[in-house]
Amino acid sequence: MFADYSLAELGSIFVMQGFAGLILFSVFVLMALGLAIIFGQMGVINMAHGEFMILGAYVTYFTSQFFLHFLPSLFNIYFFVAMILAFFASGALGMAVEWLMIRRLYKRPLDTLLATWGLSLILQQVYRSVFGPREVGVELPNWMMGSLALTDTIEVQINGLFVMGLTIAITIAVALLMYKSAWGKQVRAVVQNRVMAGAVGINTEKIDRNTFGLGCGIAGVAGSAFTMIGSTGPTSGQLYIVDTFLVVVFGGAQSLLGTIASAFTISQAQSTMEFFLSGSMAKVLTLLGVVIILMLRPQGLFVIKVRR
Amino acid sequence: MTIPAPKSGRTFFLRPQDLIGIIVLAILLLVVLPLALDNFRLQFVGKYLTYAFVALGLVLCWGYAGILSLGQGVFFGLGGYCMAMYLKLEASSVENTKIQSTPGIPDFMDWNQITSLPWFWEPFRSFGFTTLAVVVVPALFALILGYALFKRRVGGVYFAIITQALAAIMTILIVGQQGYTGGINGITDLRSLHGWDIRTDSAKTILYFVCVGLLLGCILLAYYVKSSKLGRILVAMRDKEDRVRFSGYDVSSFKIFVFCLAASLSAIGGAMFTLQVGFMSPSFVGIVPSIEMVIYTAVGGRLSILGAIYGTLLVNWAKTSFSESFPELWLFGLGGLFIAVVLIFPNGLAGLWQSYVAPRLGPLFGGAAKRRAAPPSASPPASGPVAPAAAE
Repeated sequence: MFADYSLAELGSIFVMQGFAGLILFSVFVLMALGLAIIFGQMGVINMAHGEFMILGAYVTYFTSQFFLHFLPSLFNIYFFVAMILAFFASGALGMAVEWLMIRRLYKRPLDTLLATWGLSLILQQVYRSVFGPREVGVELPNWMMGSLALTDTIEVQINGLFVMGLTIAITIAVALLMYKSAWGKQVRAVVQNRVMAGAVGINTEKIDRNTFGLGCGIAGVAGSAFTMIGSTGPTSGQLYIVDTFLVVVFGGAQSLLGTIASAFTISQAQSTMEFFLSGSMAKVLTLLGVVIILMLRPQGLFVIKVRR
Repeated sequence: MTIPAPKSGRTFFLRPQDLIGIIVLAILLLVVLPLALDNFRLQFVGKYLTYAFVALGLVLCWGYAGILSLGQGVFFGLGGYCMAMYLKLEASSVENTKIQSTPGIPDFMDWNQITSLPWFWEPFRSFGFTTLAVVVVPALFALILGYALFKRRVGGVYFAIITQALAAIMTILIVGQQGYTGGINGITDLRSLHGWDIRTDSAKTILYFVCVGLLLGCILLAYYVKSSKLGRILVAMRDKEDRVRFSGYDVSSFKIFVFCLAASLSAIGGAMFTLQVGFMSPSFVGIVPSIEMVIYTAVGGRLSILGAIYGTLLVNWAKTSFSESFPELWLFGLGGLFIAVVLIFPNGLAGLWQSYVAPRLGPLFGGAAKRRAAPPSASPPASGPVAPAAAE
């Protein structure tokens, strides 16, 4: 299948597909970061994660509409406002859900799965009733449109670059928060040994709620970034949830680095294969590969050794 | 949660109250519903009952052994597709398909420029092979999967996520390989089984009774497994896996067995679905149907064999009637049901029955009905309060 292309063309194809893979990678990382916190750190299976992401996307859409109609002069920077709003909207919803539902279920992980699936159905229907069944897309400010031509045959889109930059920034922020701040230390302590953490004076319930909120907030930001490269509908979130879970599990549920490494592997494998095979076969092969590797190495790529 | 130790000298595997429950269910399905419902509604019940096979498998697999599989739709689909392939080949005889560019192959293959029957379709010309394949292919698939996962001690949440991913893979594969599988439309236009037209009303009624008969057989099998030593090991394994392992049992083999059994049960349901409804499509394979099948079990009571049957009937009845009158409300109802069943009544209808109804019925019937697992007549109106409450 390589015979039809010259070497230079083949090189460009790999670079361009690699770039497409990097955009996919960014979306995966953004979605998986929130999930890695909620699932990896807290052990809660949040099937509604995609819907928290879509909430962020809708918030971004409405912010862009607001700026378009009322503050057109500031339209160029609406995205930054939208991102912050999306973070707080999804985070607040997440904290409410944690308080109403999740906190009763920490000891029954399989039941959180069912309950959050129910939540995702309800949220989907809410989006459909409130925002309508049609997919919506945001208008990009001028500076984000177009592409940079690196060579004659290779070009990269600016919005893709922007999403990538955003991903790097958020990843670094989360890593600093989890591994360098006092709050992150408390979170990790609660995760490793809830009873001991409570005994040394950490308010575990509050930590749980804030951690869950943070994870959902990051999902909201992911949704916000998602609007840059795709349109948003009530059921868009569900399309990504399985991929995201596989990314987190494949990377080793408790390792942030593992999540990033596995997001990179999966997205690159998928987008490179997509060019040569049909999209569906590329996806099947990627997912199948992940499942087979998980059978051989159930604990994922990166393991943190914790004494139970 | 605890299963009482068998009384000494008891040889029969059913307790009296289980027997009463099964008889009540049999009367309901074989006599009451066929008399009370018209043909059209009865066919709906027949369709729901095919899901009950899956729910039954999940009671054993999830309720008793603690293995939550989110990929039961895959097995349902495998069984259904095996049957559909046989029926499709019979419907695509050379005379029926002479307008195609290649007569004698299914129409969707012809549309996709495939000129000869793929090798894996060839054996499905034989009815004997097909009936065998319906049970064996999914079990083999489950065996491979179970062997790979349980031997490496993958369980719980990870198992659930991997099976869910498999459901996704299966759907994408079926939809993508249109020429071999019929794609998103599935395998449609099925006409006859071994020369017997399955589209007539009388054939559908007969198939309904066949389905009920098979279901009752599977229920007996489930009770047998539950009451055997194997069943008790499953429960012990669910509650304290390490202790069972340290007692010298090979935990993974038991898990593999019960997973395969659940797969075969689901597949029988899938095959009956294809026969009664007349088509099979990927929309019964993927993530969403698979997880809906879990909710049937959860609503009925994950520990109750009969409860799962009533749960399936009830949820599907609610789904049909809600989506007929308020289509936009149904997802709220279903979502609410997921949350309610987890937060408020984790043992489902059977749990409610045991804690509220059975103690009051006990004095009336001299205790015979005291510990029966499920309501005797959870015909839709009787259980009305549950569904509307959850739909709010």
